[in-house]
Amino acid sequence: MNILEADSARLLAAVRTLLEQKGIVSTAEVRERMAVTDAASPGQGGRMVARAWVDPAYRALMLEDGTKAAEALGIMMRGMPPLGVLENTPEVHNLVVCTLCSCYPRAVLGYPPFWYKSASFRARAVRDPRELLASEWKTIIPDDVKLRVVDSTADYRWMVLPERPSGTKGWDEDRLARIVREGDMIGVTVPTV
Amino acid sequence: MFAAGETVRVKDAWPEASGPVHIRTPWYVRGQVGEVVRRLGSFPNPEDLAFARPAERRPLYHVRFRKGAIWPEAKPDDELLIEIYEHWLERP
Repeated sequence: MNILEADSARLLAAVRTLLEQKGIVSTAEVRERMAVTDAASPGQGGRMVARAWVDPAYRALMLEDGTKAAEALGIMMRGMPPLGVLENTPEVHNLVVCTLCSCYPRAVLGYPPFWYKSASFRARAVRDPRELLASEWKTIIPDDVKLRVVDSTADYRWMVLPERPSGTKGWDEDRLARIVREGDMIGVTVPTV
Repeated sequence: MFAAGETVRVKDAWPEASGPVHIRTPWYVRGQVGEVVRRLGSFPNPEDLAFARPAERRPLYHVRFRKGAIWPEAKPDDELLIEIYEHWLERP
């Protein structure tokens, strides 16, 4: 049989049955992984960011160990690469890219946006990131702010903890979480209200 | 082992030239000098893992590079932060 011409649903069923029979992966584990994948979205990362904005102890945990911080909010991290969190400050702005492929913190941000995998984004993010952010996202990094490009090359996955925007004083966590976008946690944009 | 703050150079090695490889060290930092920020832990060597060979755990570091040192037109204070395995690092 040519694998390219196989009926993919039957092929999948056959592989799953073999994995189960050989004791490699159980049906329950496959189901659990599907549920985790379905639940992963930028909304999860947004919840973490909002919590960090209102709770200094959580913020400290998040910067120390992103995986533990995600788990503390009930996000399933088992079997996922360790999560690192990069803090934006008035002095430093972080931008995440994977120049070698498309490493992305899927557990907390879901599937990467289409441009994240493009050769153009990957090359420009390391070579000329200020121009990239300004021309594609209208994100201007001031001259006195250091731009740190984090090339996600190996076993960690990275997300950005953006700065809380002004004009959100007194907002509760849910309301804050709703303004955090995917791009804010990659570092191509910053949250605004 | 390298300590935080230590100056390191990425080996100017090109194993790609001699056969199929899976390497997590970007081309643009080979031979470049940077500074260890911290150790991130130890992970099975992806260069073996990718070929289903027994993979020894290797220390992984976060290494900072001045952008201006790699690309002269870059804003000098901007930086690149990259995960690099210990066996790719040497003391300059």
